[in-house]
Amino acid sequence: MSLQLDNVTLSVRGETYIDNACLTLEPGSFNVLLGHTLAGKTTLMRLMAGLDMPDRGTVHLGGRDMTHVPVRQRNVSMVYQQFINYPTLTVFDNIASPLKQAKVSHQEIARRVEETAAMLGIQHLLGRYPQELSGGQQQRTAMARALVKDADLVLFDEPLVNLDYKLREALRVEMRKLFESRHTIAVYATTEPAEALALGGTTTLLHQGRIVQSGPSDEVYRHPCNREAASLFGEPPINLMPMTIRGEECRIAGLHQPLPDVWRSLPAGEYQVGIRPHHWSLQPLDEPAFRLPVIVRVAEISGSETFLHLSHDRIDLVAHLIGIHEFGVDQALEMQVACRQLFVFEPDGDLVLSPSSPLPAPASV
Amino acid sequence: MKPYNNKAWWLVLPVFVLVAFSAIIPMMTVVNYSVQDIFDPSTRYFVGTEWYREILTDPRLLDSLMRQFVYSFCVLAIEVPLGIIVALSMPRRGLGVPFSLILLSLPLLVPWNVVGTIWQIIGREDIGLYGWTLNSLGLDYNYASNPRDAWATVLVMDVWHWTSLVALLCYSGLRSIPDVYYQAARIDRASSWAVFRYIQLPKLKNVLLIAVMLRFMDSFMIYTEPFVLTGGGPGTATTFLSQTLTQMALGQFDLGRAAAFSLIYFLIILLVTWVFYTAMTHNDNKG
Repeated sequence: MSLQLDNVTLSVRGETYIDNACLTLEPGSFNVLLGHTLAGKTTLMRLMAGLDMPDRGTVHLGGRDMTHVPVRQRNVSMVYQQFINYPTLTVFDNIASPLKQAKVSHQEIARRVEETAAMLGIQHLLGRYPQELSGGQQQRTAMARALVKDADLVLFDEPLVNLDYKLREALRVEMRKLFESRHTIAVYATTEPAEALALGGTTTLLHQGRIVQSGPSDEVYRHPCNREAASLFGEPPINLMPMTIRGEECRIAGLHQPLPDVWRSLPAGEYQVGIRPHHWSLQPLDEPAFRLPVIVRVAEISGSETFLHLSHDRIDLVAHLIGIHEFGVDQALEMQVACRQLFVFEPDGDLVLSPSSPLPAPASV
Repeated sequence: MKPYNNKAWWLVLPVFVLVAFSAIIPMMTVVNYSVQDIFDPSTRYFVGTEWYREILTDPRLLDSLMRQFVYSFCVLAIEVPLGIIVALSMPRRGLGVPFSLILLSLPLLVPWNVVGTIWQIIGREDIGLYGWTLNSLGLDYNYASNPRDAWATVLVMDVWHWTSLVALLCYSGLRSIPDVYYQAARIDRASSWAVFRYIQLPKLKNVLLIAVMLRFMDSFMIYTEPFVLTGGGPGTATTFLSQTLTQMALGQFDLGRAAAFSLIYFLIILLVTWVFYTAMTHNDNKG
């Protein structure tokens, strides 16, 4: 069963929460909703689930109009940022609770609860109460409760946010496995671009209640449809600089550059170039490259990587470098980036050119 | 350097002095009284446990103790469920919230003796709302002469005065439950009974513990309201423990007996409160 949203709009007290969202999610797909806090991820999920009703537009599930069907009559499940379990019920009863509501037989309940618990690695905890579990185990219980009932639609609202880094990575890997052989539609909201790439599947970019772009995750990452999509899908966001092309002449941020071959087909005019922070290099490159003198504002060193906050003629830039590089404040540097890795946008934001060659995967994501 | 020193005792000293004056010394005085027969400050006789033995066999006291237990039981049995129902039916947002909060706080702000006086008037069969209504419905109601009516009136008065407290405590407890719990329950297709049983009640447990203990202790020590309303009558129908104690200590000036009685009274409250607390927290890890 596929889920189809058509022109879904929701406003509360004059404020638009979701603006004309159109989206189709295929059965058995894993869909990431990526956007900043308050972008409307949770609201969109609530609309998908039927917890809220849209002001306009329709929601179809498997071809059936579900727009005004309340959540109680739908077959959905949801996992939240907080670990939501019934405090007085054991892990077994917690996982069994949706099945008990559905009046499934006792043997069937026991079988399915144990199967789901084993899948999430909590089969040895079935007799315990939620308070006796660690955060990760509590969230696994909540996930098991969501997965046990074979819902048509399973929604994850930033489920890993309250877990520590290690556990998050482990659960993220499991998440993909859990959904590989299922026909459910999984929707996963997150604020982290790295998470969207790691989870694979499709990514829908959401900004201020609007769907900016939707498609296979790596596709969206490589070919963002506009400036907004490019800066949403990347942490730190993509660097943007003005660019002018006049005949054989090309200027980026006012600096003369040789016109790269790939740009020869572009008509003369004003553009913007986008540079992913991890594409900057300190060493000279042995291919056509754009060189930019910059001044170091802040150097953030975190473990094995360095984030350089730079400025060039009042344009703020960020570079993400592998390894530890120590720089003093206000130190002058020359940064390089290969021309084939530059994005080109129209002045109004639409994508003109994206790097055509396959991109080396960014090391930190 | 010594592995430890005793300087920390100085930090405890102020508390110790304070507690000594506020609790230990008065209580020990009572203990002292309870083992003596006192005629006047210079004429006292040590009588050992005689007062205690006498009190534990005094039918007047045992009656009053029984009455007190039944009364506190009724108060809890009515006010706790009623308070929960009121809290559940209060509005969660909008103008109704401050309105209902103020309305519920009003009875709590009325002094005890005024409550007694108010109900003395409400209960009158000629001009009182409650008394007149019951009588015009054909019920023969008179709280001054009928023990059953007196009991009912004292109980209704307590419910009127104190249910708000339970309701306000429960309301604050309900407000602290995050909305996602209700969402999750809707997604699980849980019935409203299941929501109450598995979400609201477990989350209310701590405030209910406080409500039950406060209402037990207060109702077990009730004095002013029935004293003003019925004076303990008709007969001894609404004479509760504290009134019996006051009569003994100040009316008859039977200090030794009253002291022994106070200590037993105190121990009963301590014991019952401890039982409540233990019963409601012993499986804390489960919820």
